[in-house]
Amino acid sequence: MTVSQQTLDEIALSRTEYEMIIDRLGREPAPLELGLFGALWSEHCGYKHTKALLRTLPSSSKRLLVAPGAENAGVIDLGDGLAIAMKIESHNHPSAVEPFEGAATGVGGIIRDIFAMGARPIALLNSLRFGQPDNARTRYLLNGVIGGISSYGNCIGIPDVGGEIFFSDSYNGNPLVNAMCVGLIENGKVASASAREAGDLLFLVGADTGRDGIHGASGLASKGFEEEAEMRSAVQVGNPFLEKVLIEACMEALELPGVVGLQDCGAAGITSAAIEMAERSGMGLKLFIDRVPRREKGMTPYEVMLSESQERMLIAVTPGGETQVFELFDRWDLDASVIGEFELGNNVKIYDEGEQVCSTPVITLTDSPEYKLASSKPAWLDALQKVNMNAIPMPNMPPIKVMLKMLGSPNIASRFPIYQQYDYHVQTNTVIEPGGDAAVLRLKGSKKGIAISTDCNSRICYLDPSIGASIAVAEACRNISVTGAAPIALTDGLNFGNPETPDVQYQLTESIAGITRAADAFKIPIVSGNASMYNESLGSAIFPTPIIGSLGLLEDAEIHATVGFKSQEDIIVLIGTDSCWDEINDIAGSEYLELIHGKVEGQPRLDLDLEVRAQEVCRKAIKAGLVTSAHDVSDGGIAVAIAECSIIGGIGAVITKALPKRWDAGMFGESQSRILLSLDNKNIDQLESIALSHNVPMTIIGFVKGDSLVFGDSLSIPLTVASEAWQNGFNLATSE
Amino acid sequence: MKFGIVVFPGTWSEKDTQYAVSDVLGYESDYIWHDDDNLDQYDVIVLPGGFSYGDFLRCGAIARFSPVMEAVRIFADKGGPVIGICNGFQILCESNLLPGVLMRNDHLEFRCIWTDLRVENTSTIFTSKATEGQLLHIPMSHGEGNYQADEETISRLENNGQVIFRYSDTSGNVTSKINPNGSVNNIAGIINERGNVLGMMPHPEKASEKLIGGDDGNIIFKSLIENTVNSLK
Repeated sequence: MTVSQQTLDEIALSRTEYEMIIDRLGREPAPLELGLFGALWSEHCGYKHTKALLRTLPSSSKRLLVAPGAENAGVIDLGDGLAIAMKIESHNHPSAVEPFEGAATGVGGIIRDIFAMGARPIALLNSLRFGQPDNARTRYLLNGVIGGISSYGNCIGIPDVGGEIFFSDSYNGNPLVNAMCVGLIENGKVASASAREAGDLLFLVGADTGRDGIHGASGLASKGFEEEAEMRSAVQVGNPFLEKVLIEACMEALELPGVVGLQDCGAAGITSAAIEMAERSGMGLKLFIDRVPRREKGMTPYEVMLSESQERMLIAVTPGGETQVFELFDRWDLDASVIGEFELGNNVKIYDEGEQVCSTPVITLTDSPEYKLASSKPAWLDALQKVNMNAIPMPNMPPIKVMLKMLGSPNIASRFPIYQQYDYHVQTNTVIEPGGDAAVLRLKGSKKGIAISTDCNSRICYLDPSIGASIAVAEACRNISVTGAAPIALTDGLNFGNPETPDVQYQLTESIAGITRAADAFKIPIVSGNASMYNESLGSAIFPTPIIGSLGLLEDAEIHATVGFKSQEDIIVLIGTDSCWDEINDIAGSEYLELIHGKVEGQPRLDLDLEVRAQEVCRKAIKAGLVTSAHDVSDGGIAVAIAECSIIGGIGAVITKALPKRWDAGMFGESQSRILLSLDNKNIDQLESIALSHNVPMTIIGFVKGDSLVFGDSLSIPLTVASEAWQNGFNLATSE
Repeated sequence: MKFGIVVFPGTWSEKDTQYAVSDVLGYESDYIWHDDDNLDQYDVIVLPGGFSYGDFLRCGAIARFSPVMEAVRIFADKGGPVIGICNGFQILCESNLLPGVLMRNDHLEFRCIWTDLRVENTSTIFTSKATEGQLLHIPMSHGEGNYQADEETISRLENNGQVIFRYSDTSGNVTSKINPNGSVNNIAGIINERGNVLGMMPHPEKASEKLIGGDDGNIIFKSLIENTVNSLK
């Protein structure tokens, strides 16, 4: 019997892959088996186009406790018996179809990955990308996504402390919703998603299983989609209350002697969760599918195996431990059912009402095909990179107008209208709140703190995927360093178009190379990650968007720096460059170039060695107590960075350096590796000697002073005016 | 002197409350599971923030039926001090231990911000360590904190000095512009007539240390501790 093309399309398997399955099994797969293959060999679960590349990412660190890919999330040691589990994950396709539930369940999913490690989730971040905000569809998606994150995160009691949001045509119709979760593990109690020995029981706990989310991994996330309304049933519906109770119950369960493993039930549902657990345990598994509690009658084994109903976890329990597990979950009013048993052997065997409906080697299912990617540079990219920036005309408006327009740009304006909808205080660890370069959390019972951030400038990645990805790493680390924390680990959320096309293959290959080069320069590992492919709509791919989540360590949470200027007469210093103003080539890929001239072109640059050294100087200056503020110079360039320090600090600034002839490039160029500091005059010599000893250029550019932003002799803006543009920009841009 | 902190399924502020009263201020505290109805060993009861029962139906509407709430009512009837924070305030209103209701914020969005609470009455067991008109810098975090009651109830609360905290600007002015949720008369917290049950939307337990942005919340807990310790003498 030959399977129909329609069936294969439904689960996103190619004819060649189907033949590969027959070859491996030595027979035609049964319909249920085919569903399992479809899920596990999906791009979403099987990483067919990315796994070869992902293996090349740096993963070694003496702080690494759990290696990337080995478990639900990587784990990094902080010392003092503390460790951090962290991971970023995408929920792009569900959010494009049903933004509220898509984003909400994205948050729910990443939280489960973290507490599956035995980690108490202590922070959430969201990295979001949308089409242009003047579009009604974008506003619908934006409001839905923010509403979903707010609804789920607030209910569950995990502070949402950071992230980014960026608007570009490239995401019209295909928003990106990446959620990152950070969890704290105390006393070295890392959990594993595996069974210990044959006879261990497999528990399913939490929500009942319904028909929601079937083909979420294989269908929705693993191919392009145009008829999105038809895919709505593939989006899951979240219940944050249930997840909150599930977290508490699972954290308690891990303390029981009989509980040996905990696994998230996420993409591809029980199929992926149970079979991965069997693989990790090196055992076979019997699954009694009729024992899975259902939300509705008449569900087939296929539907039960592939349902992506949320708020479910799998637990491996040694025989004899089940009574305590039942009692615990009963106290939390949660269902717990024994749905399987690990056994010696290699097969996953599925039984329905006593009848075996499937017996398939685990390794055959989990060893998805691996594709090699081409990587030849597209000609159009060459042309874009070679555009001469000198050909960009001067803006046809005065500096003050450009400045106010930049401050009000939806990509630059204050994000307060969004994050005031998220609870960022709960758990009472938040030292630096959202709105800075990175959030800082203290760790109770220790002097230490962590800094966390996400970053990716996808315009730059589009113009040069390799340098762009390196810059994403550099900026994610710079966000950390300006708080005073030392970057120690990264997680990557790779968001790309269709990996079967040569352009996307090039972008992927180059991006991974760029991440690798930068992570090596910082000597830090990528501890976890996620790849989301097929992000395109109406045939065109999104900008390559390798989002980098970063983790930094503060030895003393009390000693940190924040963005706002603090004291009149402090000196403003720029480190990482010996010039106050950028040059014309530095407007390549900048916000200025797109906002004012409507262009995304040019060749971005990065000196990784300088970047690493500049960040080190910044950290040392903060640790030595020399500086009163520190801010990363990025989107919008030096002029916007100064304005942000002034607005947040409520004090003006006088920049004494005269504006260059190309004041537009000078003010708004986006060259890398620059950090803006303010400090008391008495500390300037000490800062200079630190900079000198690290061979990092620095330049004194002005003073914290008055209540206006003054640039040379030619430009002066009352702080109240600048502040209004920046505070109101987001709401203005995103309201009708 | 021991705090009892009630935990419903979905409560998330119990740990922050315990941290504030026990780790920071050094007083004993225990969690009380929602189906427990024995409060004999406690001197102060806290109903902390969170989303009890996921706020299904209506905030606090299900929690009021938990066995512990009957015990809380008896505790309050005997004059025992009870403080309900955020979801706890909502539960107290649903249980008729405090008058009025907490409706959806007038702008329909969740709001997490720092507020400045003007202390309206310092002759209560919750505010005796504050000065009249003092501003307490304390965060709020809710979607349904819009305090409303009928006119008669409001004027009774106002006349009896039962309005304890109002949202104000940093200079102590109570204006509609600074009102974060639409509450009538900028009301952020009220007490019952007897003066032993306080409900407030902002979270004093989230303002327990300077490192996390401020410690003004301790003024409320310290007042409560001092007055309770004195009454136990």
